[in-house]
Amino acid sequence: MLGQEVNAAPAAAILPPRGWKEKLPPLGTLGPFLALLLACLFFATQNDRFLTGENFSLVLQQVMVVGVIAIGQTLVILTAGIDLSCGMVMALGGIVMTKLAVEMGLPAPLAILCGIGVTALFGLANGLLVTKIKLPPFIVTLGTLNIAFAITQLYSNAQTVTDLPPLMTWLGGTFRIGGTSVAFGVVLMLAMYLAVWFWLRETAAGRHVYAVGNNPEATRLTGIATERVLLGVYVLAGVFYGVAALLSVARTGVGDPNAGQTENLDAITAVVLGGTSLFGGRGMILGTLIGAVIVGVLRNGLTLMGTPSVYQVLITGILVIVAVAIDQLSRKGGN
Amino acid sequence: MSANPKLVMQAKGLVKRYGQVTALDGADFELRAGEILAVIGDNGAGKSSLIKALSGATIPDSGELLLDGKPVHFRSPIDARRAGIETVYQELAVAAAMSITENLFLGRELRRPGFLGNVLRMLDKKRMLQESITRMQELKVGIRSMTQPVETLSGGQRQCVAVGRAAAFAQHVVIMDEPTAALGVKEGNMVLDLIRRVRDRGLPVVLISHNMPHVFEVADRIHVARLGKRAAVLDPRKISMSDAVAVMTGAMPADSIPAECLAH
Amino acid sequence: MQLKHTVLYALLAGCGAAIAAEPPVIGLITKTETNPFFVKMKEGAAEAAKAGGAKLLTSAGKTDGDNAGQVTAIENMIAAGAKTILITPSESKAIVPAIRKARDKGVMVIALDSPSDPLEATDALFATDNYKAGVLIGQYAKAALAGKPAKIATLDLLPGHPVGAQRHNGFLKGFGLAAPDAKSNELGKAAEVVCMADSFGDRAKGQTAMENCLQKNPDINLVYTINEPAAAGAFTALKSAGKEKNVLIVSVDGGCEGVKNVGAGVIAATSQQYPLKMAAMGVEAGIDYARNGKKVSGYTDTGVTLIAAKPLPGVESKDVKTGTDLCWGKK
Repeated sequence: MLGQEVNAAPAAAILPPRGWKEKLPPLGTLGPFLALLLACLFFATQNDRFLTGENFSLVLQQVMVVGVIAIGQTLVILTAGIDLSCGMVMALGGIVMTKLAVEMGLPAPLAILCGIGVTALFGLANGLLVTKIKLPPFIVTLGTLNIAFAITQLYSNAQTVTDLPPLMTWLGGTFRIGGTSVAFGVVLMLAMYLAVWFWLRETAAGRHVYAVGNNPEATRLTGIATERVLLGVYVLAGVFYGVAALLSVARTGVGDPNAGQTENLDAITAVVLGGTSLFGGRGMILGTLIGAVIVGVLRNGLTLMGTPSVYQVLITGILVIVAVAIDQLSRKGGN
Repeated sequence: MSANPKLVMQAKGLVKRYGQVTALDGADFELRAGEILAVIGDNGAGKSSLIKALSGATIPDSGELLLDGKPVHFRSPIDARRAGIETVYQELAVAAAMSITENLFLGRELRRPGFLGNVLRMLDKKRMLQESITRMQELKVGIRSMTQPVETLSGGQRQCVAVGRAAAFAQHVVIMDEPTAALGVKEGNMVLDLIRRVRDRGLPVVLISHNMPHVFEVADRIHVARLGKRAAVLDPRKISMSDAVAVMTGAMPADSIPAECLAH
Repeated sequence: MQLKHTVLYALLAGCGAAIAAEPPVIGLITKTETNPFFVKMKEGAAEAAKAGGAKLLTSAGKTDGDNAGQVTAIENMIAAGAKTILITPSESKAIVPAIRKARDKGVMVIALDSPSDPLEATDALFATDNYKAGVLIGQYAKAALAGKPAKIATLDLLPGHPVGAQRHNGFLKGFGLAAPDAKSNELGKAAEVVCMADSFGDRAKGQTAMENCLQKNPDINLVYTINEPAAAGAFTALKSAGKEKNVLIVSVDGGCEGVKNVGAGVIAATSQQYPLKMAAMGVEAGIDYARNGKKVSGYTDTGVTLIAAKPLPGVESKDVKTGTDLCWGKK
């Protein structure tokens, strides 16, 4: 017989992994956590107010809106797509829920559900355009971004909505753990991250999201309905934008038609900094949380140091490039 | 070969037209239990259309398809899969970033029993890992760790994963479309060994290939497709490689093939 | 008989000439369509155009910073016959070549609210004296603190923006601190200024900036804000920290929502500016140019008024009612 090769050895076919080094997560997943650790250590040396429970609670509140938007964005990016409309859709959701509550007198829970319903509908629109009409996600969401913005401005008449019912702003309130006050909204954000982490890791539907992003054709050939997976991801992302809208309303206390304008890129930044690949199929949801927190920590730490905020922008830009470079290099090396 | 070999799969008079082009012109096909049947043919001979009809990727305009003697109609590859026919495609149909275990069970994941599996829909990763180790061991595929991502494997090893997946889940037939096409010599032989083991475990294999040496190495019979029909079925032990190519190109017409070269 | 006919014909000829005279075409290009500041500008321009018998064309960029959109609007308006263009430049430098081309064609270009860079690129500028706006609220803040040591936080716009620098520096000057002059684009610093953060003129970001400043220095007792949304955000942050009663917030803009906040005690004082006046003056200048060929030039201050709920001795201010009557935005 030609070529009885190395791998014909039957008995020792399956060997155990090489030891603790192989068990470590690859650089792409450890990196963001190390970066956050380093940043925190640095700022702790610059101002002794930084490393307090109160300050961290504050940073988490400051990032909770982008943090939840970024959950939806992570799901979309895992399928090798991108959602540029996230911030504007969130703003629309906020205006819808506040106007319905204040002007139409709808009870707060119903108004909130309507707001989330509208954002989910936008997610559905994005998903249908991507799966049925087969348009690239970049183009589709660029379009829905503008449509959402226009509808928000027209519906709100460019006015902020005030005098909200207390139930709507409840998530902005805090409770005490030891000496620190923790916002309910932050707890919700952390809970959502854990839920999505579980879903992506431990359920077939979650694994299918990775599979579709990694190799949609191969996934389709195994019988998985890839279109349904994609559609589901965009709708789910829309739901998260709606929840983010509620958090934004709760934090600022108003419905602001001009909210969400920089959140588009902020959410994508958080996803990239967290080690998720823009090419799809790879990444951790918890990395996104770290990415969002890194941005908040930078802003907070630099203000405490009295450094002009332009440096925050500079450092964030550098970190993004480093993160994408690490992603590229670790893939080339067959990590 | 026994006098009346058991037919696992059979096709009679398959016809498929694409506009003016007739891809299948009354093609016949027979796959016996426990054999490796190679399908060869020049471009445009109807080879791929035949395979697509068998795997459910296309629906023939007329003709019949029998599986274990019973007529079947496949409307999609999923139908074929449900009937126990697994296909290994030419393009590597694996998700490279995911582990071997995950790829093996992609689309057929096992869930944990009880509440965790039914309500929380949690995957039974331990059981899937165990099964994938077992299956790969049965097929004697040597891979260090089932949890490593597929992209860390060589091309040959990856193809072994794809073949192993098909063999693990197929109940009746494994169809392989040019499995060694993108591989080097060493790796190609690795895959051929695996194909033999699949057959030895009782699964008949349909092997489409342009690689004559490989065909002659593993095939029990060779089905020659020509002009949308079955031109002949050859015995690789009796006919020479160059004659087989001649039959394929039409240089040697079917009726001038010596009788002992035909497979019985 | 002859005389009567002559007069009749003369009258008819005069009427004919009047009817045949084209109405002056004036173009107004704002940064965006939706910001209430620019909505008010459009209203003011439309009224002035109607009163003066001029035809008003309006357009805007898609977003703040959309220079290309404004360039296209200039070209389209000139093609439609506009002899005067009023523009609030999104990008003060980038718009200059398009303006130059327009002026070469004999079109008069007037900048509203924000200057072009260089200033002389346009025929004229009708804008708020943003430095003065800052000075007024600085003076008010000084009087309001009544000699208490000041711990000041400034919530600015973003790095390098001229309007942000002028208001910030004016505030420092009015407060009595050393500050760069009106031409500088740098944000002045002072010992009393314990925190400087960027709010981007945005409510949520103003809130975040205030929170971080309070972390740095919990004893802040005076907050300068670049505009009223940032001030509202700062107030929310102060309220969460339980400090809103002891901290003074001052701002600039005079929009109706902002004036409401002055009445509600959220903002202590705000400098009100007049977009409607800017636009109306611009339209009148355009009519004058079309009818008499007279161009305007130089910088014209369109006025700024201090609006405060509580009047203080030594500082001239107008009350909330006056502010509400004059405010821009939806009342």
